[in-house]
Amino acid sequence: MPEMPVIDRKKCNDCGLCIDVCACHALVLIKDVVTVIETKECGWCVQCEVVCPTGAITCSFEIVIEEH
Amino acid sequence: MFEGESAEVFFFVLSGAVKVFKTSAEGKEQILNIVRPGESFNDVPILDDGSNPASAQAMGPVVLYGVRKDGLKVILHDYPQVTLNIIKVLAERVRQLVSLVEDLSFRHVISRVAKILLEYAGDGTGPRPRLTQQEMAAMAGTAREVVGRSLKALEEEGALKFDRHRIVITDKKALQEMVQVSL
Repeated sequence: MPEMPVIDRKKCNDCGLCIDVCACHALVLIKDVVTVIETKECGWCVQCEVVCPTGAITCSFEIVIEEH
Repeated sequence: MFEGESAEVFFFVLSGAVKVFKTSAEGKEQILNIVRPGESFNDVPILDDGSNPASAQAMGPVVLYGVRKDGLKVILHDYPQVTLNIIKVLAERVRQLVSLVEDLSFRHVISRVAKILLEYAGDGTGPRPRLTQQEMAAMAGTAREVVGRSLKALEEEGALKFDRHRIVITDKKALQEMVQVSL
């Protein structure tokens, strides 16, 4: 399963701004609740995190060192 | 709409988001502000009859309300409270821009971000905590946007690359040197 952005339901006010900026349709409104849909199309652009006014959606990074 | 153009309409965002940015001669984009519902843009050229100091672009579908320049003059004349509100909005905008100028002397911040990346890099011996850009910003004592720019700068310098949700350090020595230079 691909890694996906995480929504903190306590902070999310379902404003839908993240859906407006998501280019890969990974975020949708289901029964008025912003929901993450698992998709490999998500390129981790973090625009959803950038635009969220409450900090409810986060796209965390794993930091690794490339083996040579 | 583009930087340098004249303007006839003052816009409010009803839904969606608009990014306001400047573009350098090399094509690099510097985001100045993200305008969310209830906020305005294109106000500066309407108020001072000058050209737009920055460009604006919708970040996806947006719905805007527009007020024409001559219509705004009537509103400001008839409703002084609107004038006061506009002054408050512009004052807040000045604060944000002052803060951005401070952040943009950000070579020191790049070194702090490099240090955080080295500290949190996994070596394969076990899971390492994952970090959001907001968390990196809090650790570096700066704003999320500055961390984003720093990571982009480090990518362009060849020190790291992005692999979706992974930041892959491709030149550990370069990051270590950046940290050393700042000491």
